[in-house]
Amino acid sequence: MSASSIRILLVAGLVALLEILCRTGVIPNFTVIPPSAMAQSLWNILASGKFTPDIVATLTNVAIAIAAAMLAGVALGTALQGWPAARRVLDPLFATYYAVPMYAFYPLLIVIFGLGDLPQVAIGFLLAVMAVIINTLNGLDRVPPVLLKAARVHRLGPLAAALRVRLPCAAPYVFTGFKLAVAYSFIGVIGAEFITSSRGIGYEISFAYNNFDNGVMYAMILFILLLVITVNMSLHAWEKRLLARRRRA
Amino acid sequence: MSHVSLRAVTRVYPARSGQAEVHALDPIDLELARGEFFAVVGPSGCGKSTLLDVMAGLSAPSSGEVVFENQLVKGVPPGIGVVFQEDASFPWLTVHDNIAFGLRQAGTAEGEVAAQVRYAIEFMGLKEFARAYPAQLSGGMRQRVCIARTLVLKPRLILLDEPFGALDQQTRLLMGDELLRLWRETGATILLITHALDEATMLADRVGVMSARPGRFLDVIPTGWPRERDSTIVSSESFGRLTSRIWTRLRGESIRALGRA
Repeated sequence: MSASSIRILLVAGLVALLEILCRTGVIPNFTVIPPSAMAQSLWNILASGKFTPDIVATLTNVAIAIAAAMLAGVALGTALQGWPAARRVLDPLFATYYAVPMYAFYPLLIVIFGLGDLPQVAIGFLLAVMAVIINTLNGLDRVPPVLLKAARVHRLGPLAAALRVRLPCAAPYVFTGFKLAVAYSFIGVIGAEFITSSRGIGYEISFAYNNFDNGVMYAMILFILLLVITVNMSLHAWEKRLLARRRRA
Repeated sequence: MSHVSLRAVTRVYPARSGQAEVHALDPIDLELARGEFFAVVGPSGCGKSTLLDVMAGLSAPSSGEVVFENQLVKGVPPGIGVVFQEDASFPWLTVHDNIAFGLRQAGTAEGEVAAQVRYAIEFMGLKEFARAYPAQLSGGMRQRVCIARTLVLKPRLILLDEPFGALDQQTRLLMGDELLRLWRETGATILLITHALDEATMLADRVGVMSARPGRFLDVIPTGWPRERDSTIVSSESFGRLTSRIWTRLRGESIRALGRA
């Protein structure tokens, strides 16, 4: 049996087990509801359109965080790679970046950005941007020197060389940064919605939790799971297609 | 008047941690006439590639000056094409887009790009591979892509750093013929760096024999071939005489270079 069919069976088995445990009362329904009930509740919620504004708000904020992290991360990474002195100063700080619990800055972000969507976007951005910077640097470090020479022979200036040779060459690494940026943006935005926000998927889960509304809570958790899995699988497939042409046949 | 001149050019790589400074080139003087085919042979590590970098404006000489078309070379001037020893094809572009790279950079109209690239692809025997990516090609074919990418820009000075190193002997001879044909058609000045003595003898108007490091020209040997020539001259009597003359000049230097390595 192939690894992927074993994986599907494993996940299906775990879901079935949870269903049985919930249905037989081993796990009480005020703790976890059966997966079939989650799916049913999610279907009803999506059909009613009740949470559509929240879903749109979350997805919009995630998309903004990803786009901002990609733009800033690729630009900063490219600039730093061409400026080794600055990089030597900043490298140790980069290494400890993810040791900082970003959510600790939430009060500060509210003071700076107010109570709208911006604090959530900022957390998503802050979590995502460093992964893009690090992977961009990593990719640019591996561009073969002869390609840089080829760029100079074609009389490309620094900006044109970055856009037309260095970054395309580093693209597989930048793509890894992109995948991480997507994951971190979801974590940042939805996590932040839990703390202080008046809309979004995270807010609705937290609201349902406080009101003992397991139907809504588990439906929205299931929704996030399905969403993130779908997004990641699509990115993975896209990456594979991009890489295929660069590998030896 | 000469097309390219090197006047007392030296290149010293400064000392780095644990390593003394390296004199790659001793004062070198060289004059290439417009449309001349000049080959450089020398023991490995003698500074041949450094010479090419300095001529192309990719690195500045430590002293002396390089003059190309009456202009002092500072940075890569327009009109110079370089084919490197290593694979310099762009792995994210198809063969077609690789060859079109420089033309598009120069803002050539897309119809004109298509026509020129199609011609270069046929000239280089890459017709079935126009849509392939470099990763799907052999090393020799990738080198042909790089040669085509350089040639479509119609450079007036072409610098080639062991471009056929990755090819087998028969293909090398045929590529040599192609290079000669192209040289005649375009009227470009060519500097070819090679470690293959027969290749230098067969292709060039003059062969410069370089010393072990720090590199300088021990001898410059004119071959006296007519402009209309091809690889059949390898079987001529004077070909053998020339090659052995070059080898005699080079042998001692190669032994010196080996002994030091």
